[in-house]
Amino acid sequence: MSDEVLVRARNVSKEYRRGSEVVHVLGDVNVEVPRGDFVALMGPSGSGKTTLLNLIGGLDRATSGSIDVAGQRLDQMSDAVLARWRADHVGFVFQMYNLLPVLTAARNVELPLLLTKLGRADREKRIAAALALVGLADRAKHKPKELSGGQEQRVGIARAIVADPTILLCDEPTGDLDRKSGDEILDLLEALNAKHGKTILMVTHDPHAAARAKHTLHLDKGALTREAV
Amino acid sequence: MFRFVPLVWANLWRRPLRSIFTLLSIIVAFVLFGLLEALRFGLFAGVEAAGDDRLMVTNRMSIVRDLPGSYLGKVQGLAGVKAVAVQVWFGGWYQDEHNQLQVIAVDPEPFFTVYPDVHVPPAERQAWITDRAGVLVGRRIAADFGWHVGDHIPLQQSIPYKGDSNTWDVTVRGIYNQDAADDTGIFIQYKYLDETRQFGRGRIGWMVPRLDNPADAKEISKRIDALFENSGTETKTAPEKAWAGDFSRQIGNVGAILSFIASAVFFTMLLVAANTMAQAVRERTNEIGVLKTLGFTHAAVTRLVLGEALCLTIAGGLIGLGLAKFLALGLKPGLSRIVPLFDLPQRAVLIGLALTVLLGLLAGALPAARAMRLGVAEALRGA
Repeated sequence: MSDEVLVRARNVSKEYRRGSEVVHVLGDVNVEVPRGDFVALMGPSGSGKTTLLNLIGGLDRATSGSIDVAGQRLDQMSDAVLARWRADHVGFVFQMYNLLPVLTAARNVELPLLLTKLGRADREKRIAAALALVGLADRAKHKPKELSGGQEQRVGIARAIVADPTILLCDEPTGDLDRKSGDEILDLLEALNAKHGKTILMVTHDPHAAARAKHTLHLDKGALTREAV
Repeated sequence: MFRFVPLVWANLWRRPLRSIFTLLSIIVAFVLFGLLEALRFGLFAGVEAAGDDRLMVTNRMSIVRDLPGSYLGKVQGLAGVKAVAVQVWFGGWYQDEHNQLQVIAVDPEPFFTVYPDVHVPPAERQAWITDRAGVLVGRRIAADFGWHVGDHIPLQQSIPYKGDSNTWDVTVRGIYNQDAADDTGIFIQYKYLDETRQFGRGRIGWMVPRLDNPADAKEISKRIDALFENSGTETKTAPEKAWAGDFSRQIGNVGAILSFIASAVFFTMLLVAANTMAQAVRERTNEIGVLKTLGFTHAAVTRLVLGEALCLTIAGGLIGLGLAKFLALGLKPGLSRIVPLFDLPQRAVLIGLALTVLLGLLAGALPAARAMRLGVAEALRGA
């Protein structure tokens, strides 16, 4: 792990309007994630974990404060630039896998590559490598409904890493899996961090999953309460 | 762009039954459009064939009322008139009253000057001019009845031929084809008709003057009608194209009815396709969020939705237009007596293709706009 700070969130606040009511989700949060780190973001439901993850991933915009990822200010980007930035720098892993049911595993993994200039042959090579890395080379032509939950999540991880993103953002990646499958996914994330140097920020409410991370951040009621090593 | 085709295609078949029914409704709409256009072409092709430099001079009361033969010389004498073709409706049938014919009596010499778009081999043309009992038959009608040059054909008519006979024995002297026309007419010689008919001798049906300059059509039309103003038989003169258009409209404004039917069919189809696309986008809100998360821009997602709608309407349109062409070819022989030019013209095919694109864009517009507006986080929550 290098000392370089990859993610820097400063005084980040997020509010939602629900009719006339203003809901404060995050208030003045400051976070730094070094390149190559594996950070677990813990906290009870409604504490703002996923909101913070979405802000760091450029899926949503902070009400105030700044977010800097790999030297680029997300809050200063237009929607279109932010979309392209996500394609280049961020790999997302969702709790519910979010694979497109009409596509095979290989075509799901290909989705981020469709936004690159890679030709078909190069895309196929990358897809094969990503599926092999998650241990699903033989499931390339299977559709999601033909896979187990753990396998679906592994396809989700292959999709997240296929374009070689700068950071992996995982939102409760084991939340919908049994313990055994969850452990396999955590093994995979650990390997991606340890062997391939991927920076990972993982939202979880499961201490067992958080224990696999190098660092743990705790959020409660929209504020960072403590940081554990 | 083509790299997104498999994604668009896979989404189209997410609910195969719904897509098939939508596709079928589009196919039916385009088959109907194609057949209506074939009918419109059959009914209005005469307007297209009409010449810009020709006038129609008819009895002011109605075309079925004739004109005195003496009018011919007066019109011929007008400045700007190149030639005048006299015409008399003969009608008649062949063998059976169901085989109704479009037989018109004309004077051969001015006829070819007035109608340079009627093409006959020179030898056949000369043979017809020199044989008063000869006829010039259209290529299509000759093919339908298997007539050849030299064949004797008995034309039946209600006008008594000299004595008591209603049969007019004529000889095919030439086979013509006319640019942009149906080639189902038969021309007999006016002199032959006039000499042999029992009544109406010296009368003519209508006149077709050809002008030196088409720009003079309006002015010369006025001068012709002025010649016979306040006479016992006043005339009504109009450019041939305008006259043909008016005549076609007298059928009952069929064009407007056809347009109305086609519009209603397309509007219904548009609602079906738009509804399909709206449902498809609504049930995929979360997936749209995933695509946006992966880096698909709002514009890219919009293009995907529009691409799906276009795939549906273009595929349905192509199949529908192909079927319409096929059906038009199949129905043509049966309709040859009623609508000889029943055929799907190239122009209608091009309009149809443009419609497939337009309808695709319209059907996909609202769902695409919704997909575009969805925020990423909001879509991931399945808003």
